[in-house]
Amino acid sequence: MNKSLLIGGLLALGVPTLAWAAEGAVAPEYRLMTFMVFGAIIMLTMYVTYMASKKVHSASDFYTAGGGISGLQNGWAIAGDYLSAASFLGIAGLISLYGYDGFMYSVGWLVAYITVLLVIAEPCRNIGKYTLADILAYRNDPKKTRVVGAISVITVSTFYLTAQMVGGGVLVKTLIGIDYEISVMAVGVLMLAYVLFGGMVATTYVQIIKAILLVIASIILVMLVWAPYGFSLPEFLTAVVGDAKVQGQVAKLLGDSAETMSPAELGQRFLEPGLYLKDPLDQISLGMALVFGTAGLPHILMRFFTVPNAQEARKSVIWAMAIIGGFYVLTLFLGMGAAIHVGAADIALIDKGGNMAAPLLAQYLGGGADSMMGNFMLAFVAAVAFATIVAVVAGLVLAAASAMAHDIYVGVIRGEHATSAEQVKAARISTVIVGAMAIAIGIAAKGQNVAHLVALAFAVAASANLPCVLLTLYWKRCNTGGIMAGMIIGTVSAIALVMVSPNMTYPLKVKADATKLIAEAPAKRAGFEAKLTDAALIGSARVTTTKALAKLEKDVTKAEEDLIKYANKTTSMMGLEEPLIKLKNPGIISIPLGFLAVIFGSLLWGRDRRSEEKWTELYVRQNTGLGASNAHAH
Amino acid sequence: MSKNHDWEAIAESPKFKQLVARKRVVLSGLMLFSVCYYFLLPLGAAYYQDLFKRQIWGPVNVGLVFALSEFVVAWTVAVIYSRIANKEFDVLAAKIVADAEASK
Repeated sequence: MNKSLLIGGLLALGVPTLAWAAEGAVAPEYRLMTFMVFGAIIMLTMYVTYMASKKVHSASDFYTAGGGISGLQNGWAIAGDYLSAASFLGIAGLISLYGYDGFMYSVGWLVAYITVLLVIAEPCRNIGKYTLADILAYRNDPKKTRVVGAISVITVSTFYLTAQMVGGGVLVKTLIGIDYEISVMAVGVLMLAYVLFGGMVATTYVQIIKAILLVIASIILVMLVWAPYGFSLPEFLTAVVGDAKVQGQVAKLLGDSAETMSPAELGQRFLEPGLYLKDPLDQISLGMALVFGTAGLPHILMRFFTVPNAQEARKSVIWAMAIIGGFYVLTLFLGMGAAIHVGAADIALIDKGGNMAAPLLAQYLGGGADSMMGNFMLAFVAAVAFATIVAVVAGLVLAAASAMAHDIYVGVIRGEHATSAEQVKAARISTVIVGAMAIAIGIAAKGQNVAHLVALAFAVAASANLPCVLLTLYWKRCNTGGIMAGMIIGTVSAIALVMVSPNMTYPLKVKADATKLIAEAPAKRAGFEAKLTDAALIGSARVTTTKALAKLEKDVTKAEEDLIKYANKTTSMMGLEEPLIKLKNPGIISIPLGFLAVIFGSLLWGRDRRSEEKWTELYVRQNTGLGASNAHAH
Repeated sequence: MSKNHDWEAIAESPKFKQLVARKRVVLSGLMLFSVCYYFLLPLGAAYYQDLFKRQIWGPVNVGLVFALSEFVVAWTVAVIYSRIANKEFDVLAAKIVADAEASK
């Protein structure tokens, strides 16, 4: 049965994608080749899923691959789970547009794993079984903590999932021109096939395959970028700072203050801080969310239940840190390479956030937009990006579905009494519910700016999940009251702060910006038109100007639409004319609030006999692994 | 599957106390150092721009080297921790588990 369903799913995916293909970064004559590369990767992962589906019998198989994953495998899977499209495409894009600041941004994503390694991975392996709430329920009131834990897990996963689904839809559309809705459904159906049939076994292997492909693609690109400079860092960077496109981009970013600077100074400025990240407090706030939030991300935490013991959990974080860190160092070269070979102007033309930097660099390195090899490289990178999104989404859906099935249904509704078959069935039904929800939200959120949702997911994880997990593991007096207060206050404060932050849409500001853009448009248009009448302007320079003119017209149309859309509105969703706080990232306020909530919640709760009685057992177990649930021997 | 160990007795044993005391020192030390070192980067980029802009190797400046050093420091902390954990914590934990299984 499984096999025919899998093939059906494949057909359902392949047919509409071919039929609906329209305008994208890949030229029409190379589109078939692109689909073949996509198809090859999808076939490989489907084969793995088919093999894995034979191994999934019990709830433990479904949620944690029976605890039979090795540290090395899990390290690659963590990297595959964590390196989302936001890392692969987003950070390379930020570096290509803003230089140093983009690279600085990537550091926090690795340092985050220190927290995971030191205080979370091993104790969680020793105490937990399938979910984050298992850890909370160990010494606290199981029903109460499972409910708040599951709500937080589902909240964090939904934010992250929405960002991935929307990002995935936009990405596939931009790259190969498939309709947004179809792209979202393709991601959703594929992910459902992996999780539904193969559970954690298939999800793990899909994540490993994706991480290996991602690393291979990056290494090839970096080799091609760096080799002409004899693999010398100063020589490569000398070429970067001496590049006219880089200097032009810096001049554009700095505006008036660039007028007195020489080209050499402009180029060097690309390697200095301050072109993108302006507010240090906001950066520290984001840094806190990353460093403390990663350890509270349910889909990352869940990975530690798939290894047999604490030693393997430790080994898996070490491997993950090597892969993830190495990857971010490579993105420095990808981003800088894209800045000199493609140019910030052309990158931003296709996608304002710079997400197309790595794919366009691949196309250039293969021989350009008109070459076979160039388009093959573009297709390969696009397929890797697609695999990236599907693998991350699969991990997220599994985490959310386990909270729903294991914590809410089995734990709370059935009072921990369910047979293995019932548990697997509940897990599969929850997977379908979460998957359908992900597709629906992805389609509903079309055109929304969801980039800040990833940061919000980290902020909630850092403000609610981490304080609760950390204090129940390490603080004797922590109890049910503390967990409930921490989960609720941490989650609510992080979300509430974002709702009143500059991340929301403020009609007054949108209208002011739109009016300004429309007022400036005629002068810009005249400038482009004058350039185009010049016959000396040929080749790619002419194409760029034509594209820039087309983009200006699009922006003007959008501004006019905005003016109509917000004509009668003066306040944001929250009824505010302007943001209450300047911070875009709530972490610096909500993380301390989360910790305080656990502490005061515990102290005010009064006596909690279970928390006190179970403390010694938990403390001995988390430190020694004594009696930890082992991988069952087949 | 539930084996009833005498958790209180294990918690009071000298070996367990030694393990927890060592872990507390190592974990909090490494954690504190890592977090402080990490936040030096955004602080330096914001408030010590002149230092970060100083070129030391062709176009390579202090800021770039400092950002790269963040990776090296994170990896080093991870390796130091896993060495200590492999050599000390695992050995002590194994002894505690063996004692507990024997006295049951």
